[in-house]
Amino acid sequence: MALKAVSDLEVPGWWVYWSGRKTCFKGWLVAFRRGTGQPGLPCRFETPPVFFALMTLNRSNLCWLALALITAAYLAFWFLLLGATAAYSTPEAWWKVLKSAEIRHATWLSLVTCTFAAGFALLLAVPVGYLMSRRDFKGRSWLDAALDIPIILPPLVVGLCLLIFFQTRLGKAVETVIPFTYQVSGVVLAQFVVAAAFAIRTMRGTFDHLPARPEEVALTLGCTRFQALWHVALPAARRGMVAAFCIAWARSLGEFGPILVFAGATRMKTEVLPTTVWLELSVGNLEAAVAVSLLMVVLAVLVLVIVRATGEKV
Amino acid sequence: MIRLEHISWQAGGRVILADVCVSIPADTYAVLMGATGCGKTSLLEILCGLRRATTGRVLLDGRDVTALEPRERGIGYVPQDLALFPGLRVREQIAFAPRLRGLPAAEIDTRVNRLAEQFGIAPLLDRLPDALSGGEKQRVALARALAARPKLLLLDEPLSALDEHTREEAAALLQTVRQEHGLTVLHVTHSRSEAELLGQMRLRLDAGRLEVECAS
Repeated sequence: MALKAVSDLEVPGWWVYWSGRKTCFKGWLVAFRRGTGQPGLPCRFETPPVFFALMTLNRSNLCWLALALITAAYLAFWFLLLGATAAYSTPEAWWKVLKSAEIRHATWLSLVTCTFAAGFALLLAVPVGYLMSRRDFKGRSWLDAALDIPIILPPLVVGLCLLIFFQTRLGKAVETVIPFTYQVSGVVLAQFVVAAAFAIRTMRGTFDHLPARPEEVALTLGCTRFQALWHVALPAARRGMVAAFCIAWARSLGEFGPILVFAGATRMKTEVLPTTVWLELSVGNLEAAVAVSLLMVVLAVLVLVIVRATGEKV
Repeated sequence: MIRLEHISWQAGGRVILADVCVSIPADTYAVLMGATGCGKTSLLEILCGLRRATTGRVLLDGRDVTALEPRERGIGYVPQDLALFPGLRVREQIAFAPRLRGLPAAEIDTRVNRLAEQFGIAPLLDRLPDALSGGEKQRVALARALAARPKLLLLDEPLSALDEHTREEAAALLQTVRQEHGLTVLHVTHSRSEAELLGQMRLRLDAGRLEVECAS
């Protein structure tokens, strides 16, 4: 009956809220003029159950409730987006699209290149993460910032940098051994340069959370630093390594800008799933773009589940 | 014999150890006391080579080991948190050092079983560290250190996390171990009663200076 109490006032522009005083919790509300903070007439009301539950919340709980509502609203927004995308077409139509030779090739190429890129990223992330976590040296904060460069650079710029580097004398010399530009190896390299930064971050966080003392004891027991890393730190960091691999893999799966610029978007050659979405959108084939997008969503969710199962956070 | 000559160490502009000089004879059970944060653990780390002293020399049995790596010093170290290797069973923890030295499997097994018998942990050999009590972990850490056959054993507050009954047992075990293995022991503690019970030589670290309280 609280609303009735408000309408009893019959003054448009008045509203009711908690005054924070004890009397309110005993069944009194105080009307305030909107925006002025001036008290109006107190009015008696009968408390409905839900309303009473809200009244018993203290300010701290109200704060948590508000934060929970914001979180729920954000999640609901994402589920709406994904739901709308999923409802755009029928499973039969998706299946038909996913069976086409071009998309099967792009899917296969994505899975293979992401796995190679994530593997190389992990091979780099373990030593770099270990160094950054265990060794204090001058300029460490600068090096730490430099390692994040691929994360903050616009993706297209990363692709452009790769493209230009392989036009230099050194880049051309490298390409005489392994050709990268507009090749499948270029797809892997474009995925690797960004994914490695994420893998390094994850491995550094993993080593930061592991105590260094067991490695120090291993040194006194006869280990070299490398043996302490191999025999003690790495077995302890295996969950972090799985997480770093998965994060690098997921990041590679979504990579688009650098691949487009550096490796191109040639069908049945360097086309990966994000390139497929772009190619299908550019010719107005929304159904195919949606089907491929949903496939990528499923793969991303799988990765998230695996990472969570390791106990690490993305 | 341990000999520290003019060891000093600074951290964050603060002098932690200032001109520390001491000689601990071989086969001695020495106890180092001092307030929390006075630099006891830092001194142990300098001794076993995990930390470089700002100045000074460390000599073990007359050999200058100041520039040597921890693995080249022949020191057994049991830190306060014991630092058992996560994911390794008790058997693998004790076999860690002998395996690194490339000993034959039969000899490793003999050494592991002998130490496990001595420390009363034979039934625990297939357990992981998470499945051990505080007292059991401490015994495993000691056995792991002794499996490397060190001449010097450094113990950082080894009894602090144990209950009264276990502490008495552990103190007796430490004395037995020292005698049987012919070790020089440097044992860090807060407890005066522990120092009086175990220490043949008592040292006190105060404001970065090391004093010999008692040498019997």
